[in-house]
Amino acid sequence: MNDTVQIVKVGIADMNIVTTPNLIRTSGLGSCVGVVVYDQAKELAGLAHVMLPDSSLAKSGILNIAKYADTAVKELVSRMIDLGARSYSMKAKIAGGAQMFQFTSSNDMMRIGPRNVEAVKRELAMLKISLVAEDVGGSSGRTIEFDPKTCLLNIRTVNKGVRDL
Amino acid sequence: MSFLDKFSTVHLDVLKEVGNIGAGHAATSLSTLLNKKIDMRVPKVRVVSFDEMMDMAGGPENIVASVFLRIEGDAPGSMFFVLSIEQANTFIKQMIDDVHFSFENPPYNELAMSALQELGNILSGSYLSSLSDFTNLDLYPSVPALSIDMVGAIISFGLIELSQVSDYAIVIDTALDDDDTHSSESVKGHFFLLPDPDSFETIFKALGVAEDE
Repeated sequence: MNDTVQIVKVGIADMNIVTTPNLIRTSGLGSCVGVVVYDQAKELAGLAHVMLPDSSLAKSGILNIAKYADTAVKELVSRMIDLGARSYSMKAKIAGGAQMFQFTSSNDMMRIGPRNVEAVKRELAMLKISLVAEDVGGSSGRTIEFDPKTCLLNIRTVNKGVRDL
Repeated sequence: MSFLDKFSTVHLDVLKEVGNIGAGHAATSLSTLLNKKIDMRVPKVRVVSFDEMMDMAGGPENIVASVFLRIEGDAPGSMFFVLSIEQANTFIKQMIDDVHFSFENPPYNELAMSALQELGNILSGSYLSSLSDFTNLDLYPSVPALSIDMVGAIISFGLIELSQVSDYAIVIDTALDDDDTHSSESVKGHFFLLPDPDSFETIFKALGVAEDE
């Protein structure tokens, strides 16, 4: 075996899927939420970088399904199933949804982080995928990396260091 | 017609002038504040994907000090003044007269945070008031918020309004430089102005450019 480990990077409002030995990562999650869905036995993991809670917020143009919590989670799960993941053994870990700036504004958009988290959880519950770990809220940006082999989610924040979930 | 197809080179030139005037006044304020000569680069107006926008500020994981404010009034939008950590350190050292100060380790000095917030307030205030005079639009800044964190986490917050209509952002980016670029004391900063989708029409109309020009 001379497999080299690749780290697949997922951009903002984007999604991707990896298998062992590769890792999957997304950088600079603020109010956005990183959703990892995985099937440990198949060593398969997908990651979506969700930006907005609901696709009904889209005002025009072609819908980018990876951008919204409701469409992204559904699409990620169905692509995983296409690649051999079994819906009953899929689990999820999420991180992000921070409130980067404190405002006293009444604008609902300012609460986007918590709303993203709620929407992702609702969608996972609807698809009957159990959420086994989460690191959400607060006011720090996060970079996350997931290893489909160990199924550990590595979370790095600027001031609070690194931890595994 | 998608959001971006509405923009011609004339429109982008108008936006460049918007950046020019705003940042020109901000540079003057900074110069007065630091008692130094400040240079301004020619503004760049670019249509970029969200990922490219992060790269413009040094990549999503780059750690920066950023002052963010919402623009309210006739043409709402978001505005960022972004400084690298080193530059924020340099600035604060000059402003509070403490050579040992650093933003490397929290908790941060309260006086320093307040000074940095004030810097953002003064600069973005002068940017915005000149813009308001030039366009004859009523524009009010919100109270500025300060954050020291990853670029991706900070900038994405300003993209939320825009992300509802587009996967691309129109960024008016102006960089400020002080004169002695070779010294470690130099101050460089970026202004990012991100008008909300509906504000472009208002801005163009105020400046006498037809939407379909």
